[in-house]
Amino acid sequence: MRLVMEKRSETPLWLMVVSPLIAVGLPVLAAIIMFTLLGKDPARALYVYFIDPISDSWGLQEVAVKATPLVLIALGLAVCYRANVWNIGAEGQFLLGAMAGGWLAVITHGSTQGPWLLPAMMMLGALAGACWALIPGVLRTRFGANEILTSLMLVYVAEYLLDYLVRGPWRDPGGFNMPQTVIFEPEAVLPLLMEGGRLNIGTPIMLVMVVAFAILMGRTLKGFEIRLVGEAPRAARFAGFSEKGLVLTVFAISGALAGLAGMLEAAGTVKQLQPGISPGYGFTAIIVAFLGRLNPVGCLVAGIFIAITFIGGENAQIMLRLPLDATRVLQGLLLFFVLACDSLLLYRFRFVREARA
Amino acid sequence: MTLLEAIILTVITASTPLLIAAIGELVVERAGVLNLGVEGMMIIGAAAGIAAAITTGNSWFGVLVAILAGMALSLVFAALVLGLAANQVAAGLALAILGLGLSGVIGAPFVGVQREGIGKIEIPVLSDIPFIGEILFHQDLFVYASVALTAGVWWFLTRTRAGLVLRACGENHAAAHALGYRVLRIRLLAILFGGGCAGLAGAYLSLVYTPFWTSGMTSGRGWIALAIVVFASWLPWRAAVGAYLFGGLTILQLHAQSAGVPLPSQVMAALPYLLTIIVLVVIMRARRGGAAGPACLGTPFVPDR
Repeated sequence: MRLVMEKRSETPLWLMVVSPLIAVGLPVLAAIIMFTLLGKDPARALYVYFIDPISDSWGLQEVAVKATPLVLIALGLAVCYRANVWNIGAEGQFLLGAMAGGWLAVITHGSTQGPWLLPAMMMLGALAGACWALIPGVLRTRFGANEILTSLMLVYVAEYLLDYLVRGPWRDPGGFNMPQTVIFEPEAVLPLLMEGGRLNIGTPIMLVMVVAFAILMGRTLKGFEIRLVGEAPRAARFAGFSEKGLVLTVFAISGALAGLAGMLEAAGTVKQLQPGISPGYGFTAIIVAFLGRLNPVGCLVAGIFIAITFIGGENAQIMLRLPLDATRVLQGLLLFFVLACDSLLLYRFRFVREARA
Repeated sequence: MTLLEAIILTVITASTPLLIAAIGELVVERAGVLNLGVEGMMIIGAAAGIAAAITTGNSWFGVLVAILAGMALSLVFAALVLGLAANQVAAGLALAILGLGLSGVIGAPFVGVQREGIGKIEIPVLSDIPFIGEILFHQDLFVYASVALTAGVWWFLTRTRAGLVLRACGENHAAAHALGYRVLRIRLLAILFGGGCAGLAGAYLSLVYTPFWTSGMTSGRGWIALAIVVFASWLPWRAAVGAYLFGGLTILQLHAQSAGVPLPSQVMAALPYLLTIIVLVVIMRARRGGAAGPACLGTPFVPDR
């Protein structure tokens, strides 16, 4: 008897529905084991992680605020990964977007500007993110340099650039030497959806993007091109699609979305620039993209789920003294199980009797 | 000790972890598997190594635990990419994320604990030779181990039958399978070797280089090791050249900083990452885009019977 894998000709519908549930269920099981090992009551820890964040209106708003950048970045990454382009430097593109948007807010500080300011900041943020993402794109199409390594190296460069700016030229002169810029003027801050709440207009922008990308990927020729280049590059060449052009396009798209997310985070939640502006959104969004099965609507659902664990992790740190890295472990495990479940969809596992030779 | 001697010594210590991790990954890639999780395996080695060393008070036990921890994490990767034929790029990223998280959990109780690093060994008589003696014969064991690893891997890959089979798996797994070689088993062993090397490199960081734990202490060295493998065109001796080139650049940057080069410290700190990009581009340009990587690198293998 031995186990063989056979490629499925068709994936049954029930498996498509069940597999993400398994992928979420198993890490939760692993989390229970980890909590027990760390000497915490698993039932209480799970409650703090998954139920507490969504048990009141404040928590729900907080989840939406956290989910916004995650989903925005993941939408772009999903497009990249669909085309077999491995942009893992979204964190850097996010920071560049925040810096470009923040730059406009800093230089207009103290003067009255019109309603053009926020849209301009958004455009600049998206543009900066796209340009930063185009660097690994061009290096791949022009020189064949591995985009995984170059995009990741640029994350470190972006982190140091931000660090330099907020400690040097853009530092708030009245900020007691703290590494941060001035607090943005009210005009450069995203308007809240309701008075006294936490939600700003970033969340509806994100939802619009989800719809737009669902249409782009599912209903347009460009979306078909992206999927074809990823799944059948030879066929795409015969169809006359330019692979190089497509690599650059998907890099620009994902960079622009990450940059927009960075600008929205700077102008919406943080309201200034500082080195710790991103708690690793760009890396966590990789998990969101895969958990969402590289599908725009899937990314939305996955982003909300991961946002819950983000807030749950922060609460657990305060209430249970669990290290914040426990959340990362949970998210890493999640990605593992998602990938494992993907294989279940593609292959059938069967025991066969060994043929006697 | 002259300044030149001091610089060379620090270059060696900065290059050794890069070389050990790169040699491990080189073997993995030669077998046709792309494991992007070097950073994760390295930092889990660093965390597990120092945790074990502090708990037991024995640094060498810490080194052993670090190697085992790196191998354990690589086993998870192997289960996914060999057992389930999952996407290697995504699985490697998952490994990097998981390793960083786990290392934080393991290392949390040991933050701020100072301990004596593993010292250098002095080879009698030879280490008394001026200049050369201090550099070549007064190093810690890891440095010698890294050189031995490089030589051993070179010998294994080019001079032994097993090495030839391993390369065959990387170049054409279907042909190797048809000849009756167990592709998946060979790849599993290669992945475990890579994990052990990454764990060892991590142990060097937390037990020798900076003998205490800080979270995220590998700071991208695992990724640089991956770049070194590409730089080296998958050849062991060139990996050594690459590791020393990168190690040298990092140290040069530190010395330039202390010598008062009028550049912001952030520019200097970002330099190794920028140089990695530049080196990758230059090397690809020199090869005119035609990568010399193993032909089956990154493609999953599913045996049919």
